[in-house]
Amino acid sequence: MFGNILIWFVIIPVIMMVGLGLCRNSSMNAIRTVMVVCSTALVGLSIWLCCDFLHLRAMGVDDEMLYTGSWMWYAPLNIHLAVGVDGISVLMLLLSAVIVFAGTFASWKISPLPKNFFLWFALLSTGVFGFFISIDIFTMFMFYEVALIPMYLLIGVWGTGRKEYSAMKLTLMLMGGSAFLMLGLLGIFWHSAPEGGQCTWNILEISHNANIAVEWQYMLFCFTFVGFGVLGAMFPFHTWSPDGHACAPTAVSMLHAGVLMKLGGYGCFRIAIFLLPQAANELAWIFIILTGISIVYGAFSACVQTDLKYINAYSSVSHCGMVLFAILMLNTTAMTGAILQMLSHGLMTALFFALIGMIYGRTHTRDIRQMGGLMKIMPYLGVCYMIAGFASLGLPGLSGFVAEMTIFFGSFQNSDLFHRIFVIAATCAIVITAVYILRVVGKLLLGPVQDKHHLELTDATWFERLSTVTLIVCIAGIGCFPNWINETIQVSFKPIIAAIQNAVI
Amino acid sequence: MDLSMLWYLVPSVIMLVCGVYGFITRKNLIAILISLELMLNSADLNFVVFNRYLFPGSMDGMVFTLFAVAIAAAETAIAIAIIINIYRSIGNTDITEIKKMKY
Amino acid sequence: MDITLPILILAIPITMFLILGIGGVKMSHKMAGILGILGMGTTATLAYIVAFTYFFSGDANFIIDGVRQQYQVFDVTWLAFTERLVVNLGFLLDPISAMMLVVITTISFMVHLYSWGYMEGEPGFQRYYAFLSLFTFSMLGLVVATNIFQMYIFWELVGVSSYLLIGFFYKLPSAVSASKKAFIVTRFADLGFLIGILVLSFYSDTFNFMQLTANPGGVLQSFGGATFMGASALTWAMVLIFTGGMGKSAMMPLHIWLPDAMEGPTPVSALIHAATMVVAGVYLVARMFPLYCVVDASLTFVTVVGAITAFYAAVVACTQIDIKRVLAFSTISQIAFMMVSLGCAYDLPVEGVHYSGLGYMAGMFHLFTHAMFKALLFLGAGALIHAVHSNNYTEMGGLRKYMPITHWTFLIGCLAIAGIFPFAGFFSKDEMIAAMFSRHWFWGAWMTMVAGLTAFYMFRLYYMIFWWEENPHYKEHKPHDAPWQMSLPLLFLAAVSCVAGFIPFGEFVTFDGVPYHIHIEGSVAATSLTVAIAAIALATVMYRKKNDLPTRVKNMCPGLWTAAHHRFYWDELYMFITHKIIFNIICKSIAWFDRHVIDATMDAFAKITQKTSYAIRGMQSGEIQTYVIWYFAGAVVLAAITWLCLI
Repeated sequence: MFGNILIWFVIIPVIMMVGLGLCRNSSMNAIRTVMVVCSTALVGLSIWLCCDFLHLRAMGVDDEMLYTGSWMWYAPLNIHLAVGVDGISVLMLLLSAVIVFAGTFASWKISPLPKNFFLWFALLSTGVFGFFISIDIFTMFMFYEVALIPMYLLIGVWGTGRKEYSAMKLTLMLMGGSAFLMLGLLGIFWHSAPEGGQCTWNILEISHNANIAVEWQYMLFCFTFVGFGVLGAMFPFHTWSPDGHACAPTAVSMLHAGVLMKLGGYGCFRIAIFLLPQAANELAWIFIILTGISIVYGAFSACVQTDLKYINAYSSVSHCGMVLFAILMLNTTAMTGAILQMLSHGLMTALFFALIGMIYGRTHTRDIRQMGGLMKIMPYLGVCYMIAGFASLGLPGLSGFVAEMTIFFGSFQNSDLFHRIFVIAATCAIVITAVYILRVVGKLLLGPVQDKHHLELTDATWFERLSTVTLIVCIAGIGCFPNWINETIQVSFKPIIAAIQNAVI
Repeated sequence: MDLSMLWYLVPSVIMLVCGVYGFITRKNLIAILISLELMLNSADLNFVVFNRYLFPGSMDGMVFTLFAVAIAAAETAIAIAIIINIYRSIGNTDITEIKKMKY
Repeated sequence: MDITLPILILAIPITMFLILGIGGVKMSHKMAGILGILGMGTTATLAYIVAFTYFFSGDANFIIDGVRQQYQVFDVTWLAFTERLVVNLGFLLDPISAMMLVVITTISFMVHLYSWGYMEGEPGFQRYYAFLSLFTFSMLGLVVATNIFQMYIFWELVGVSSYLLIGFFYKLPSAVSASKKAFIVTRFADLGFLIGILVLSFYSDTFNFMQLTANPGGVLQSFGGATFMGASALTWAMVLIFTGGMGKSAMMPLHIWLPDAMEGPTPVSALIHAATMVVAGVYLVARMFPLYCVVDASLTFVTVVGAITAFYAAVVACTQIDIKRVLAFSTISQIAFMMVSLGCAYDLPVEGVHYSGLGYMAGMFHLFTHAMFKALLFLGAGALIHAVHSNNYTEMGGLRKYMPITHWTFLIGCLAIAGIFPFAGFFSKDEMIAAMFSRHWFWGAWMTMVAGLTAFYMFRLYYMIFWWEENPHYKEHKPHDAPWQMSLPLLFLAAVSCVAGFIPFGEFVTFDGVPYHIHIEGSVAATSLTVAIAAIALATVMYRKKNDLPTRVKNMCPGLWTAAHHRFYWDELYMFITHKIIFNIICKSIAWFDRHVIDATMDAFAKITQKTSYAIRGMQSGEIQTYVIWYFAGAVVLAAITWLCLI
């Protein structure tokens, strides 16, 4: 079992927790050492996995999932700890590792209770990594819940503002989503048996064997899509996002917006669409309307916010709406775009939240009306904020552009009027995005200095620089050389697209 | 005169009802505890009586009664200890006054 | 052709950007300036070599039987959307891209040199040079694009460089809002561009210019007669793509950003907002020209938009006070001239004469000459601002005695733009107007009128600055000519403006690659010369010496003057739409809806649950006595039921 590389993605965070448990509460250095060592190990492991994966693919290994392994966990219900990755999961693991790494440095000086903070943080990352390596729906769901619960404490204890309210709201709404999800997953399980066989939770087995009746598929598709859609901030279930992000501490916002929200999109195509393709074909239109609204609605809402984190949260609603929207287009290019958008949004939102945390830590306000001219005072942070902004509004050379263009060109392949109208509405979002990003940049960074006290503030420290540079390098990397990622993703989508096409016939 | 089982059971029922009545109406914890003991004793009495009349050959009822008496003694000791502590901290033993742990 | 030079042409500016952008903070101003200028000088030299190789080497790749060919030096895959729809990054050499390479690198080099003097001592000097390099890189990438998507990529990048450079003085709120406005307006236009590309690529299944333009008829067929709202899908695509060009080239009604963009440093205005970036729209139309030819409606659209804009901008330019704004409106008007010229180019033999793309050639010719003399005028304006520290000509006057170099070079620029023989503008304008007359007499007459207006407002500006009445402040602060770094570009560009007209441009750049021998149309030339000279004469009468004639003219129709002075209230209209309607009504109501309807619904679920819990929690009182009552009541009820059942 320990010979499987994927298991180590869960074991390392567990080691991290044990290590933290052994540290004394007061010894900040020991805590930091544990965190840095383990998160670096995660980054290293995911890079190695990525290289090895590409190598195997290049050698012509064309299984759907690589590194598969399966260990019985609870026999009466046939629950396994089943792992396996395709190109998409590999990239997601890489993304998560990078963000955990950057998040560690972004919360270098967290207080109070640094040890407990990092413990929960490590638990959260366990859940995230576990989710991406699982191919057993039950295990996947379990890790999903593991990732969800620490959010409550992380926001409730270390947050700012109306933290108890927001933590409660976030947790309850997401748990509400998982209630639907659980129903959907159980439904899939009970219908998963091939003729006379045993029911199974394994995604691959279900997709190969099961022939879930169409009437059931309709219901289960709605349940699973809504369940994951809540986490993906789909209109009208997005309102946990602005409040939750606004109150969460920096690293949690980063991990949450950067990775956790991606669980939603990932689950949508891996479970809802892959396992229930017929329903996906027929019911996609409902969710296209909802996500189409998300995109434009989130962008318009972001235009009038005055709190930096609210602006970003609404912008996330818009961008994550784009992810779900593209997934529902049900063709390779658009879905590839969705994954690119996940990566891109993950990195750039993490960067945004990291920077907002750093700015807030200095100015003690997030209200853009009370700040101005920060570019002069903290040029490094200002430049990073601008880069993040440009990535967000889709500047070529940064990741956002690649993702958005792939989505638009993919979505436009659907040639009926309904899809066309929504695609064009979605493209309008790039203009609105430009409006709110430039509005913030103009008010926050440029112009005259608003508050004389701000003149004494200092620029970024070394750990803050490390955190931001990591993210910026990734953003620019994807933006400048997108094709290898693009190809990796496209190959991984083959079985899913095949399932969808078979369903039509 | 051979006493029928009823002669034992009626007082036992009266004891139980008195116990219940006292348990519900008293406000003093000690009084409630006494009522509780009344109920327990009525149950013990029933055990003994049923054992004597219905299964004269065995001693199970007797043994359980002794066991219950011992438990009741221990329980009373704990209850009184709690009551004394409550009295020390809030100055009386009126249950209407003890609401700190509500909700 | 060896690919080293083309790659270096793109690589040097972007490397300069990275070096100056990242390491610039640690450098001295002098070091940064020298690095920037050297880098640009090298790029310019390489670009000249490439262009000259293309035009003169006679290589079979470049010219076959006297017909110039399009040649992709390299073209590598960047991103594959689908198997057929692949985005490449490459380097396309053809007459117009080679011509643009020369224009961009020349002007950019001049501006780099000029800025060394102009921006001396400014904080952020290194950043300025970094951004200039970024812009040059993006612009070069744009003109050598092998496919429309690459063009879009660099199109966005020039937009961002322009944003960064307009907002260079980022502490001034006016500069910040001007840069924001420029970016958002062009971004809005790019939305049209993007949708246009979406439509075009969906049907034609390729991004590549050579494939698209080699067989425009085939592209039209691939659309299979698809229509939308009465017009064919290809027309829509071409009009939408042109929308992108309207944004960058500041055509009505998307022109509002360009005058405000003058908030940037003056050399930037010369480079970006006069000579290179703003002509990207013209370049785009020229690049896609065969496709515009097959859908006549889109070409007519180009013509009409251009004609309206040219006239509008010329009228507004007559009433502006800020010299840079006058030049900005003049730029809009001149670019519109090129648009009309392209719109009037016809791929049909007219009355036996093969006019194939005369307008195309002329438009490109004007693009070339205009870049030179407009950059000259802007740099001259920069020298004036440097000397007087004001943008308004009301602060100037009588400067010819103090700044002779600036005076003479500015005069040359004015003569060139007015179209006076033998300066550059005369030749290109003559060809353009001839092309317009060949399409329809109306366009010719209309644009001749605009040319007259051009001569009038340019000489109005000239007299107001260099003649009129001296500003009394000169005694305290005597204006003088600029240092050599600034004078040298002025002299060079002035020299180019004098001789550029004699370049046999038609030999190099034509629509179909077949050389075209330029010959002056006598009647057209005579008409436009007469009109220009008359306009200059009028300007001389009105503005040569201080008098009250201009005031009297203004008072004859005050309403018109005020409207023109306020640019016919376009900015106010946009302000109303964006702020009042979009921001206040749409955005605010959506935000309100989100908080008070959607979020409130979610909160309401929580509240209902909570209320219910509170309502029933009284039962869980914690009083054992109450529980006992309930317990016994229950026991009694159960006993009663059992008893009733038994009997």
